[in-house]
Amino acid sequence: MESRGDSSVLQGVRVLEIGGELGAWCGKLIADMGATVIKIEPPEGDPTRAYEPFYEDQPDPNKSLYFWHYNTSKRSVTLDLLSDRGRDLFLNMVESADVIIDSLPAGCLSSLTLGYEQIKTLSPAIVMAQITPFGQEGPFRDYASADLTALAFGGPVWNCGYDDHSIPPIRGGGNQGYHTVCHYAAIGIMTALVYRQFTGVGQHIDVNMHAALNVTTEGATYNWLVAGDTVQRQTGRHASVTPTAPSQILCRDGRYLNVGFPARTEEQWFHLLAWLDEEGLVESLGEYLDPPNWAAMRAGDPNAREQQRRVAEAMQTLAMKTDSYDLFSRAQGLGFQWGIIYSPEDVLNDPHFQARGFPTDVEHPELDASFVYPGAPYKLPASPWAIQGRAPLLGEHNEQVYLEELGIEAGEYESLKSRGVI
Amino acid sequence: MQPIDGRQAALSKLRICDFTGQLAGAGATKIMAMFGAQVIRIEDRLTEGGWDIFRGNGPWIDDRRGVSLGGAFNNHNVEKLGVTLDMRKPDAKGVLEELISVSDVVTENFSAGVLDRWGFSYEEMRAIKPDIIYVSNSGFGHEGPYGNFKTWGPIVQAVSGLTFQSGLPDMPSAGWGFSFMDHTGAYLMAIAILMAVFHRNQSGVGQWVDMSCSDGAATLNGPAMLDYTVNNRALRRPGQPNSNRSDFPRMAPHGIYECAGDDQWVAIAVRDESEWLTLCEIMAMTNAEKQYPTLSSRMGHQDAIDAEITQWTRSRTPTEVMNAVQSKGVPSAAVQHPEDRMEHDPNTEAWGLFPTVKHQLIGEVRVDGMPMKFSETPAKIQNGAPILGQHNRQIFGEVLGIDKDTLEAFLEQGVI
Repeated sequence: MESRGDSSVLQGVRVLEIGGELGAWCGKLIADMGATVIKIEPPEGDPTRAYEPFYEDQPDPNKSLYFWHYNTSKRSVTLDLLSDRGRDLFLNMVESADVIIDSLPAGCLSSLTLGYEQIKTLSPAIVMAQITPFGQEGPFRDYASADLTALAFGGPVWNCGYDDHSIPPIRGGGNQGYHTVCHYAAIGIMTALVYRQFTGVGQHIDVNMHAALNVTTEGATYNWLVAGDTVQRQTGRHASVTPTAPSQILCRDGRYLNVGFPARTEEQWFHLLAWLDEEGLVESLGEYLDPPNWAAMRAGDPNAREQQRRVAEAMQTLAMKTDSYDLFSRAQGLGFQWGIIYSPEDVLNDPHFQARGFPTDVEHPELDASFVYPGAPYKLPASPWAIQGRAPLLGEHNEQVYLEELGIEAGEYESLKSRGVI
Repeated sequence: MQPIDGRQAALSKLRICDFTGQLAGAGATKIMAMFGAQVIRIEDRLTEGGWDIFRGNGPWIDDRRGVSLGGAFNNHNVEKLGVTLDMRKPDAKGVLEELISVSDVVTENFSAGVLDRWGFSYEEMRAIKPDIIYVSNSGFGHEGPYGNFKTWGPIVQAVSGLTFQSGLPDMPSAGWGFSFMDHTGAYLMAIAILMAVFHRNQSGVGQWVDMSCSDGAATLNGPAMLDYTVNNRALRRPGQPNSNRSDFPRMAPHGIYECAGDDQWVAIAVRDESEWLTLCEIMAMTNAEKQYPTLSSRMGHQDAIDAEITQWTRSRTPTEVMNAVQSKGVPSAAVQHPEDRMEHDPNTEAWGLFPTVKHQLIGEVRVDGMPMKFSETPAKIQNGAPILGQHNRQIFGEVLGIDKDTLEAFLEQGVI
């Protein structure tokens, strides 16, 4: 690795990304921190290039917004790994690589004699992370998988849904199963790279999505492991062994707020009373004007529950005549742990996200336009996160990689193209 | 650090001065500790570490109660060392200075401004250790108009668009049913710590990473955000969200279906034409096969197709459905109950995913393990969370070299 001092964290780190949708987020996390990530696609293109939504709803391998999002800062080369020459070219790329991110099905690279055993003889210090639904070996290894089935099987779905259990449990949207395994893969790759800085030693990392989701369910797991208890799903709040009070209220503008019980201290309680009084709602609490007995509330005491119910009702009445943002900012001003339930587009229009510079402009020279993308998950001022460029067009970096970096003759390059090797 | 099975720990050269708690912070340094970093968890002697609500809360392993017996706390703090300091006492400041001077990283997930008030702002820590890495993690970050807002996982999920993306049309959000963003905030924090360490190793330069869990969460909505910024199509529109259906890419059928038994469900995702034909064959849906041959016809009639599928699944157990559908290569999985995942799942069992740790007071108990296997530097998960001040003598005496008499005096005065 080259050392460039005060610059992007991973500048000079070369990464090969191979495989499909499972590993793309990991590649983006690494690429946006400055690594050179070369996405190796089959000549017909990565399957996610066919995923909706499309720019102006025009299906086109270079216009998938899904592909755009998950592949910023990367380069694209095309390569048919099943051909002999394709295999050789892959191994040539391996020689100069620091990291491989592979999310092909388990055993796929090994069957092409391109597994870690072969890779490490060429490049002993390489860090190779293989991301699969169930790990490289063992039960379910060859089961088919999708984000929905992974989240169902791995545990998160059990937590999630509505009070009414005739409604199925709900999967949280947005491919969060894939994100979760990629967060682990990124942790693994960075851990291995730090170890390599200290020792010069590379290694193989087997990253298991089913396992990653199984350790991402919070109380469902440790209530079982510690006490043998099973949590039950509830509308809009934590799944729980014993039922808890509703936590979402509908506001005048149609948005919901997540409120929980609004007073957690005596001081907050008196703020709340003053607020309800100002709105002419304090009478609805009746005689329940003393600070709540929080211990009794947790223990399910009927009086405490009645107070809780009346407060919730008063808050709902207040919400129906107030817009969500006003209610949210007023409540937070009083120290209440409330949150406005934003849709993704609301986030981009919010003053806090804007002040932190979250919406990020990305140039698309091929369309002579620029678009707003989600920004940095963390800010490292001395070595900043940055989208180095929009997602690559299919094979956009073939010439750069094959001609300039691997030094293939122009004649052979043309022949590889015409034979569909690249 | 002791080698594990004759192999080294990946992060044994790192020492982390760790003020994190709950899950969004503690979950990050737990991962560092599993890979061999010396994570020194510093807790307040006076409030018995009560800032971390998990310390003295259930689940409990038996009838005993107390600040060192919380089951969640143990789960989130395995392999860490625990010391106590009362930062109200002037002598504690000197001890913390010593500790920072021999640490690589300082981590915290307090509300904005706590370390500043103690006299340990980033600039002040830099004066003690010029290349110190400081990673703060809070719901909204320290900078920006909501820097002082109060949050926890569900609030982060709400304001970032994640809660909204989980639910059915014309219903309130189902949300996540757990603090997905406390887990994920911890993962992102771990990545940020490692990135900063990598950069320091390369350049000699430390830095302050101001993490906002909400920023991290909002990055997880990418395609929906781009659909808005590029195509001006908002997710807040009739019929949306419907999150058991497929958002991106389009798939149908795609859902969670009722099975035989109490609260038993199975998930099925049909990715393409041939999987649809396979499913029709398995479930003998000859009419549906003829009626909905294309993806767009299936997308347009999902309720009808789901009803037919349910006719088939509701008399079978989730495992029966999963086995039948998986045997033909179509994605399907039981909605596993906690017991299914932790007691009867061959994959988690073979992986050793829920290892048993030894805790000084709780005894032996199983915890969340590591979903990655490293060929050279495996994770180690053997010791439970520290009880309050468990490693005071080891850290203050052996690591900082504070003499025995001073330590005794500190103990007596409640400094440590």
